[in-house]
Amino acid sequence: MMTSLLELQNVTKVYSGGLLRRRATVALEDNYVSIGGSKSEATILAIAGESGSGKTTMGMLLLGFIEPTSGKVLYKGQDLWESPKDVWRDFRRQVQAIFQDPFEVYNPFYKVDHMLTTPVKKFGLADSRAEQEAIVEKALTGVGLRPGETLGRYPHQLSGGQRQRVTVARALLLDPKVIIADEPVSMVDASLRATILKSLRRLKNEMGISILYITHDLATAYHICEDIMILYQGSVVEAGDVETVIMDPQHPYTKLLVSSIPWPDPNRRWGEPEDVTKGQALAERGTVGCKFAPRCPQAMDICHEKRPSLFWTGDTRAVSCFLYQDSPVVQPSEINKVLTNTASDVSVAAP
Amino acid sequence: MSETAAQVRDVHEASEESVNEAVLQVKDLHVYYYTEAGVVKAVDGVTFDLDRGVKMGLVGESGCGKSTLAMSLMRMIKRPGRIESGQALINGRDDLASVSDERMRELRLREISLIPQGAMNSLNPVMRVKDQLLDGLEDHGVKLNGREGRERVNALLESVDLDLDVADMYPHELSGGMKQRVCVAIAISMEPSVLLADEPTSALDVVVQRQVMATIERLQAEMGISMILIGHDMGLMAQSVDQLAVMYAGRLAEVGDVHDIFEEPLHPYTELLISTLPTLGRRGEFTGIPGITPALVNPPSGCLFHPRCPHAMDICSEVAPTWQEIRPDHWVACHLYGGE
Amino acid sequence: MTKLQSFFGYLRRNKKLLLGIIILLILFLFATVGRIYGKPEDAYPMSAPANRVPCKEYPFGTDSQGRDLLSVAVMGTYLTSRVGVIAGIIGLAVGTILGFVAAYYGGTLDTIIRWVVDVLLTIPSLLVLVVIASSMKHYGGLSTNNMALIVAVLAWMWPTRTIRSQVLTLKRRAFVRVAQLSGENSLEIIFGELMPNLLPFLGASLVGSVTGAVFASLGLEALGLGPMREPTLGMTIYWVVYYGAFVRGMWWWVLIPIVIIVMIFVGLFMVSAGLDELANPRLRRKV
Repeated sequence: MMTSLLELQNVTKVYSGGLLRRRATVALEDNYVSIGGSKSEATILAIAGESGSGKTTMGMLLLGFIEPTSGKVLYKGQDLWESPKDVWRDFRRQVQAIFQDPFEVYNPFYKVDHMLTTPVKKFGLADSRAEQEAIVEKALTGVGLRPGETLGRYPHQLSGGQRQRVTVARALLLDPKVIIADEPVSMVDASLRATILKSLRRLKNEMGISILYITHDLATAYHICEDIMILYQGSVVEAGDVETVIMDPQHPYTKLLVSSIPWPDPNRRWGEPEDVTKGQALAERGTVGCKFAPRCPQAMDICHEKRPSLFWTGDTRAVSCFLYQDSPVVQPSEINKVLTNTASDVSVAAP
Repeated sequence: MSETAAQVRDVHEASEESVNEAVLQVKDLHVYYYTEAGVVKAVDGVTFDLDRGVKMGLVGESGCGKSTLAMSLMRMIKRPGRIESGQALINGRDDLASVSDERMRELRLREISLIPQGAMNSLNPVMRVKDQLLDGLEDHGVKLNGREGRERVNALLESVDLDLDVADMYPHELSGGMKQRVCVAIAISMEPSVLLADEPTSALDVVVQRQVMATIERLQAEMGISMILIGHDMGLMAQSVDQLAVMYAGRLAEVGDVHDIFEEPLHPYTELLISTLPTLGRRGEFTGIPGITPALVNPPSGCLFHPRCPHAMDICSEVAPTWQEIRPDHWVACHLYGGE
Repeated sequence: MTKLQSFFGYLRRNKKLLLGIIILLILFLFATVGRIYGKPEDAYPMSAPANRVPCKEYPFGTDSQGRDLLSVAVMGTYLTSRVGVIAGIIGLAVGTILGFVAAYYGGTLDTIIRWVVDVLLTIPSLLVLVVIASSMKHYGGLSTNNMALIVAVLAWMWPTRTIRSQVLTLKRRAFVRVAQLSGENSLEIIFGELMPNLLPFLGASLVGSVTGAVFASLGLEALGLGPMREPTLGMTIYWVVYYGAFVRGMWWWVLIPIVIIVMIFVGLFMVSAGLDELANPRLRRKV
């Protein structure tokens, strides 16, 4: 098994609460994830969860914006936070990001050109001004924008769709191997959403870029990803091939999530919610047992006493739930196997 | 029995007499904003009927005027906006577009109420939940003594599936879903005939969204409230409403039964909107809508959708299509259906 | 050219800024032209007959020690503004550096800076200045430059605090993350991404700290702790009090420093309010 480009190994991130450090929040606990290998292995992996699941923290860790409290962020097999400057430089080129709000990512002081010329300058991609202009224009046409209509303007003079495309163009300028996309479509209108998702798929198919798609929206995740990892309060509850996870969820929490997806089909309605917690406050964090046990309709005694480990429940499927405790345990190093989906073309693989 | 209950019953009886009539009849409503850049026609000739006990969804992209429509029905449009013309008859009696401010204050909460966008963040942070629940009632002259008040609060909390201890809590002690439930409780405290809910679940996680929607729908059915659910999420609409109204650039494109619309959308915009959605069957297919939403200051001529419409004809850029009932209870504004 | 035009166009809408700039410009011209074409040496004792009412030869009159008050007005405006500007710039510069360091790098450094600022802000600064200035008196008195330095010692806390909070909100914006991804280092982000957005704010802060410095220097001088030999505005006030100009009905001696001081403060205040409007678009829209 070859090393992947970017990996989280046994990573825990704790946010300490203020100066007195009274209330610490465990955002992510003992997480493993890996993304990006060779070109043929390019994949789209969804990290899905509700607010507070730690999915954004995971993205921040993978982008090297925050340091893990314990565990390692590995880049090409090396510990990123122990790495010298030139490794970081390489890392910054190979791992890029697309963010949620296509307006916030622009510095209001500058024209949109700044967004595109900065990486060209900082990474020395061009030898002359003319070459720089050529690179920028090529990047813009690459995402379906006309340079003449885009350059020389301020961000607020562009439409939301144009703005998001320019940010994609920026990420592509550096020819990265991995793109972390944190809720890239949650703030755009439906008419634009499909266009952006489509272009993400194109990046993967045509340019061999692996994408980590961080989202709360299982419906879009189902559509563009091969693999999915579901987080609940900082821990993985279920991971595997997206088709099987969404069509046949095994973890009680995944079941609840999937059954709550508002599918746009009036003939396939939710029905009565099974979750009985209704309006009660969320359970306190930091229980010894399974984190979902307080809300789980199938909770057993053991669930309140011990944390479940990940169990193999299929070839490309792992579930962290004692309902499956007879299955073999997934070793930390095996998480790649769960997530290595070799399904060739997803659009054909419809049920 | 307290005076309130009698009043509530009174309202119900009055509306039950006119049971065949629509609870809310909006006729050719225009709401304009007079900005420095020009006149923005945020609501430009909207006509529809809302029947008793019906859940209607109002969908559209951001800036299409759906929130403005809700605010104008509550008569809460602020300057430089103004209700230009048209009427909105509630219970066949009062025209929301023209009644006096004083009468409007009586109608709000009692006959029409609103769960505004981001309502859960608009709860008063220094007031206990019970006081916020009673606040609206007191504004309407409902006098309750301590015990009656407590009973009323408990009944309201129970109706929105909240624990009774929530009454003595402050908003910051509640989760997002719980706060949203409190907002629902306030909105239905006077048993209105029409409830407007502007993206009531947009900030909530899917599981909580589903639970809150279940509560709203149960209340709506129990009390016979007619509801307009405003939002941009077609999935949520498909899950919750009976009738769907699709709005584009200040005008209605299509109104009809939600099943009919999802099965056979008549307006090209609706058709495209539905085709952009991720469904279970068609995995990995993506269709976007080309072009961008028009600027309402300087809208295109004729049908506002024609620059983006795949079926656009010559007439579309010249004449705005009329609002017509193509099939029973299925309305559409499109020249494709001009002949019928 | 178009930028200049749009600036003047903006000034026409921002009346406060325009008025403030005009007042400060008048004072500036008065001081400069006066120093070049006037007789600045007459601002020192025994240069003119004492206690003259304003007349043709001495349009502003003279004081009890034989200073020509026109020259005093010229030199006083110049010296006092100089103290204010030097102290203000030093205070703002120190404050900007500390504010950026604290907010951008955070951690222990931030904690230390924040604590020092919070503690120092609770101490009445005039008191500290009085102690410093009066102890300096034993070493042969102060020059105006020393005066500026002393005032600067306590002029950096407010800028530190306000700039820190501005940077804190700014650095959370997603464009800082994007700049990191585009390969910018910390210094490039501070100077290239954050600083430009704070320019109007820094301008307003500069005006604020100059105002504070002028105020502090006037206070010290009026108490007689300033440079005794220099005809600054504060020292003039000190002499006014010392010689009882009020009681003796020497209205011109009282009036001149006060009018100039009021003009300085009104001018600075107007510019500050105007810049505030520029930095805060929500206020701008109301105009």
